[in-house]
Amino acid sequence: MPARKLGGGLRPPSEPPPEQVARAKPALERRLLRQTGRFAWVLLALLGASPVAAQRPAVILATTTSTQDSGLLDLLVPLFEKKTGYTVRTIAVGTGHALIMGARGEADVVLAHAPELELKHVADGGLINRRLVMHNDFLLAGPPADPAGIKGMTKAAEALRRIAAREARFVSRGDQSGTHARERSLWKTAGVSPRGPWYVESGQGMGATLMIAAEKDAYTLTDRATYLAFKKRVGLAVVVEGDAPLLNVYHVMEATPARHPRVNAAGGRAFADFVVSPDAQAVIKGFGMDRYGEPLFVPDAGKPEPDGGG
Amino acid sequence: MELIWEGIKHAFGLLLSGDAEVFRITLLSLQVSGTATVISLLVGVPLGTLIALSRFPGRGLVVSLINTGMGLPPVVVGLFVSIFLWRSGPLGLLDLLYTPTAIVVAQFIIAVPIVTGLTLAAVQQIPPQFRLQILALGASRVQLLWVLLREARLPMLAAVMAGFGAVISEVGASMMVGGNIRGQTRVLTTATVLETGKGNFDLAIALSLLLLLITFLVNWALTWIQQPRRPG
Repeated sequence: MPARKLGGGLRPPSEPPPEQVARAKPALERRLLRQTGRFAWVLLALLGASPVAAQRPAVILATTTSTQDSGLLDLLVPLFEKKTGYTVRTIAVGTGHALIMGARGEADVVLAHAPELELKHVADGGLINRRLVMHNDFLLAGPPADPAGIKGMTKAAEALRRIAAREARFVSRGDQSGTHARERSLWKTAGVSPRGPWYVESGQGMGATLMIAAEKDAYTLTDRATYLAFKKRVGLAVVVEGDAPLLNVYHVMEATPARHPRVNAAGGRAFADFVVSPDAQAVIKGFGMDRYGEPLFVPDAGKPEPDGGG
Repeated sequence: MELIWEGIKHAFGLLLSGDAEVFRITLLSLQVSGTATVISLLVGVPLGTLIALSRFPGRGLVVSLINTGMGLPPVVVGLFVSIFLWRSGPLGLLDLLYTPTAIVVAQFIIAVPIVTGLTLAAVQQIPPQFRLQILALGASRVQLLWVLLREARLPMLAAVMAGFGAVISEVGASMMVGGNIRGQTRVLTTATVLETGKGNFDLAIALSLLLLLITFLVNWALTWIQQPRRPG
């Protein structure tokens, strides 16, 4: 049983296992231990019976925090489960982490938004069958007073260059997420390697990073969905938007069953097929209208790769 | 301040309206942390008693290790349990990662040194003369053990409270091995992190208050058992 095995695996080496101690002890204590063990088995058996019993093997979906935080998956996943009978285990992490989970076969299917990084994994053969799902956009948010004077600029990279030149405070995700990857590529385009006390790395999710930026009167790069969710809490204004490199494109990819025999290939494929299906695309199209008055994502399945999507 | 007030109102609203999702999350938290605490008691109490009553070479080291284990950081436990349960890990075949069972395993590992260490201390604080006296009165070993455990039951309830308190409130391990999956492994602490991440602060505060309320009720019940009551 897992609990006992694991306990054994992690037990400090010098501690004698209870079985050995028991052998050296009289019968009573041995019996106590045995009874205890029996109780534990019964409990574990009860526990094992309680979780949701899936008819089909669970599908592990690794995805970005932005899709989870926006609430989109709360609509898509139950729909998929109802249609196919699969159970989905959604793990929301940074895009970099999600892609690695897929490439290592720890996840069956990945929904991510870092085109350059994705292509690298696909080229390595770690992920297969990359398909376009949807897009929205990134924007530069900052204090309404706009200390760097970048409001209304059309090129994000130029705006960043000015932020760096004026050493206006900027909060970076710093967490290998898709947003962080995009931010770094924008700095690269700007020809600036951001360093100094004005450049802050939060190492946290988008929501937390927006909060920090607001508290510190700083600029930050954010996806629109999270920005809209936090707009009323954080007094940050949109300063630059609409530039082509700010396009935020989501793709779905599957793990490679040939490399990892334990991957749930059929389940991963079923989920990938589902998110690009007309039903799921219709859900994506309408998502966010009720809460924000504008859709958060634009469905893209079957369309050609957009510009700036890498 | 207004936010906290809104959170409190929201929390009572959720409690009174019997929100199904919040109810499920709360129930799972209790189920998972309760199971982990019970298993850690079944292992930790006998183990602690055994170590308290026996002398063997390296005992000092074992006790130090247990005491160190009482401060095991949940994220460290979460990381190691994850590595063991990965598909590519040694226990990958069990397919346990991202299930409630995985959280129980991690929380058991967090709680068992606490229960063992506090039991050890509880049994050890009984003066050795007391043991001799009981034996001199002609008690069998079973009777001796029974008397000792009875003597130590009050500090041992403290062990239960400390163990349960540690696991119901931890977030690092639950997040890593459970994955915070809606309807499957979302517990009160991970749900609070998620709602904070989403910017739903009132809901996050409501969940925090629920967590505090549950911890309070459990400890209140245990304290009620533990503390002597005035007769009549």
